[in-house]
Amino acid sequence: MRTLLKAGIAALALTFVAGAAQAQEKLSIYHWFEYIPQELLDKFAAETGIEVTMDTFDSNEAMLASLKAGKLGSYDVAVPGDYMVEIMIGEGMLDTIAEGELANRGNIEPQWVDVPFDPGRMHSIPYQWGSTSFSVNRDVYQGDINDTSIVYDPPDELKGKINVLDSQGEVMLLAALHLGIPQCSNDREQLKQLDALLQAAKPHWASFNSDGAKDVLVSGDAAVGMIWNGFGAKARAEGANIEYAYPRQGYVVWMDNVVLLKDAPNRASAIKFMDFLLEPENIAAVTNFARYAAGVEGVTPHLDPELASQPESVPPADAPAGTFVAVCDQATQEVYDTMWTRLKK
Amino acid sequence: MRQRINIKRYPGFLPVTILCLVVLYAPLLVVMVYSFNDSLSITRWGGFSFRWYMEIFTGPESAKFKDAAWNSLTIALSAAVASTIIATAAAVAMVRGGAFKGKALNLALISMPIMVPEIVTAVATLVFFSAIGFTLGYLSILVAHIVFCIPFAYLPIAARLQGIDGSYEEAAQDLYASRFQAFLRVLMPLMAPGILAGFLLAFIISLDDFIITNFIKGAGIETLPTAIFGAVKQGIKPDIMALSTIMLSVSILIVTLSYFISRYGRPGTKAEA
Amino acid sequence: MAGELASTRAVSRTFAPVRTPLLIPTWVIIGFFLVAPVLMMLAYSFLTKEFRGGVIWEFSLAAYDQFIFDRGLFGDEPPQIEWTYIVIFVRSIIQAAVATLLCLIIGFPTAYFIATRSPATRSMWLFLVTVPYWVNLLIRTVSMKFLIRDNGPLNEALMGLGVIGEPIALINTDFAVQLGLFYSYLPFMVLPIYASVERYDFALSEAAADLYANRWTILYKVILPIVWPGIVAGCILVFVPSLGAFLAPDLLGGAKNFLIGSLIEEQFKGNAGNWPFGAAASMILLSLVLIALFIYARRQARRSAQAA
Repeated sequence: MRTLLKAGIAALALTFVAGAAQAQEKLSIYHWFEYIPQELLDKFAAETGIEVTMDTFDSNEAMLASLKAGKLGSYDVAVPGDYMVEIMIGEGMLDTIAEGELANRGNIEPQWVDVPFDPGRMHSIPYQWGSTSFSVNRDVYQGDINDTSIVYDPPDELKGKINVLDSQGEVMLLAALHLGIPQCSNDREQLKQLDALLQAAKPHWASFNSDGAKDVLVSGDAAVGMIWNGFGAKARAEGANIEYAYPRQGYVVWMDNVVLLKDAPNRASAIKFMDFLLEPENIAAVTNFARYAAGVEGVTPHLDPELASQPESVPPADAPAGTFVAVCDQATQEVYDTMWTRLKK
Repeated sequence: MRQRINIKRYPGFLPVTILCLVVLYAPLLVVMVYSFNDSLSITRWGGFSFRWYMEIFTGPESAKFKDAAWNSLTIALSAAVASTIIATAAAVAMVRGGAFKGKALNLALISMPIMVPEIVTAVATLVFFSAIGFTLGYLSILVAHIVFCIPFAYLPIAARLQGIDGSYEEAAQDLYASRFQAFLRVLMPLMAPGILAGFLLAFIISLDDFIITNFIKGAGIETLPTAIFGAVKQGIKPDIMALSTIMLSVSILIVTLSYFISRYGRPGTKAEA
Repeated sequence: MAGELASTRAVSRTFAPVRTPLLIPTWVIIGFFLVAPVLMMLAYSFLTKEFRGGVIWEFSLAAYDQFIFDRGLFGDEPPQIEWTYIVIFVRSIIQAAVATLLCLIIGFPTAYFIATRSPATRSMWLFLVTVPYWVNLLIRTVSMKFLIRDNGPLNEALMGLGVIGEPIALINTDFAVQLGLFYSYLPFMVLPIYASVERYDFALSEAAADLYANRWTILYKVILPIVWPGIVAGCILVFVPSLGAFLAPDLLGGAKNFLIGSLIEEQFKGNAGNWPFGAAASMILLSLVLIALFIYARRQARRSAQAA
């Protein structure tokens, strides 16, 4: 005990001594967990001499909450998803990238230059994009899987073996697609239908799990798992006999983006970092790591060849296009929140 | 003598203790075994391998883990020491301070950190720290940890103190010991097991905290839980298992050493103090 | 009774004159770094919510109204009593209570056993109980999940031994959550009880035995009353954090049903972004716990006053 005490005092003393700041260029990133290879950050630091610090979050909403609670102004860039970019623009949290400020802006693939969540790409650049649907264990179920009823009105052999993502936006959007109603509809009958569908489907669901979405498929705890495509590819690579579905009713597409935050303490470093990520070679390293797709031209030669044939990345010819999660107005969002709470009552 | 042993022992308590240890250690066995798993998955066995241990020490993230481990250990140690001292003082005041007005209020204050849900403390503290301009970093984590460690240290210490007869320090004071001497020489040794228990609880609760730390840590500083949670997004990787096994081994080593030191170093003295 | 005897003794006043200086560090640290933020949250619970998180500084009772009244999916039906949150609170209380009971059943004999070892081995036992907690809670919980899976080692072992014919479905059940909570907080029961039992004078047991009390009578009538403060401390340390926990419910229970912890978390970190409601739910939880504690403290005080 006495030695522990001494060590404690030593540690305390160290705390106060440490922290002499250096006058070096810095960059502060607010990023998802485990979504950028450390080697790439090291490479950026080596090329530019900028000292990189990274802080991590586990959901778009958690990031928004902590920025709102007072962290805005301590980060330079963040990596929100599509709808969250739109929300952050609405909240006035993003800074504008000036014309010509990004040297590599021309590398962005044309389809991602003018996106609905950030018209004209004034505040963001593409990071990774992918789809959200579900994977089905082929040992358990051999029938047609390209149908949202696998999750929302499952056949008997799949009942009670379904894991859904613990993510309101994606569960609601897939449900809306299943019913064939528009997202964020404020039509009462349609909202009631949506509520009834979720209530009826819940008894068939085993769990709501986002972090473990891959593990439940690999272990066989779940026979159907709502999942992000890259995550599904990893589950398959780990030995699960699963197939990723492209439901005919539609599925979710999403894109994560690097945004320039308002009051960024190191704005110049942030711009350099964005340019760095628009280099095909660099962003390809992220894609190889995360198994999603980059929105930058010329990445193909740098990609892991397996990615090109990965069924989770290449929809079949007859698959419909995916849909982005929409940003609902306040009244509709409040109904969605009530539904979600009732669902998990 | 035979009778004494009989009364002390309860049949069934040993099996329950063993069951308790089995429950505590069985999941750790999984961690240890899978830290040697060659495969990436935690649910499938892919052969024996040391690669994740190599990864911890030489991989690209080794620096991050090293910093995180150092931060976690120093913060947990400092927070546990500070909160144990504060809690001991508070326990002496509460248990040996007679009946006084506002005692229940004081008890409520001391227990408050465990009563408020962690997420609320996290958000509230972050908003508060930003409002008063307290820079987020090592120090803000340490302060927040001291706060929530206090009740964990206090409760075992106070419980112990309640069981100690007041006549001991009264006798000491009758023999002209100052109040401080009475505390240091008489009361504290008697309280030692409670203090140790409180310290250990404070230490592990600080070592384990994720929610509050994650909110108030600020950019560029990680503790083990925040560094480890990163791995969860893509499923727990075996390198985290390896890291945990190392932590476990270090702690077991410390325990074993302290056992032998207390056993052979100072024969006859109490091991707890 | 021996317990009353101990508690009269406990109202010693030796340190009464220095009471205030001894309490000042607690007041400063908790008062400034916790009470102030919590008061801010109390204020938040009476403010208007800002869409997508945050508050607007206008007085509103909407958060408490939402807790108490159900106005239908679209918020315009005549108000009825809202059961949703009451159900969530009751469920959390039951889960926490079962976990506390499990901890007590396993923790008390363990603590007693450790306290009756020789002084030199006691601290080793204590460390043995706390060492597993050097491994992060998340990892422990995930490993626990691995163990109790339908085709996990526990089920396989039981089936191999012929105890059960079919795997028991543990994962994603309430029992799994209780087991997870029990596992998360076990040392918080063992350590305080140990600290109390260690102090127990076994001469009292002998005296009782001389009066022909059997072992279990002694345990119930003599030992339990004396180590009661330790048991209470342990129960508080397990029960209260269990109420707000969400790791075990999420991972082992499948996150299908909200518990208080996950409900509140959703208000701050989820889509809901309803800070005043999250604040209100926390304040209701905090008040419930504080009231329970207050009643307990009053009863204790009255009891020791009677004994004196």
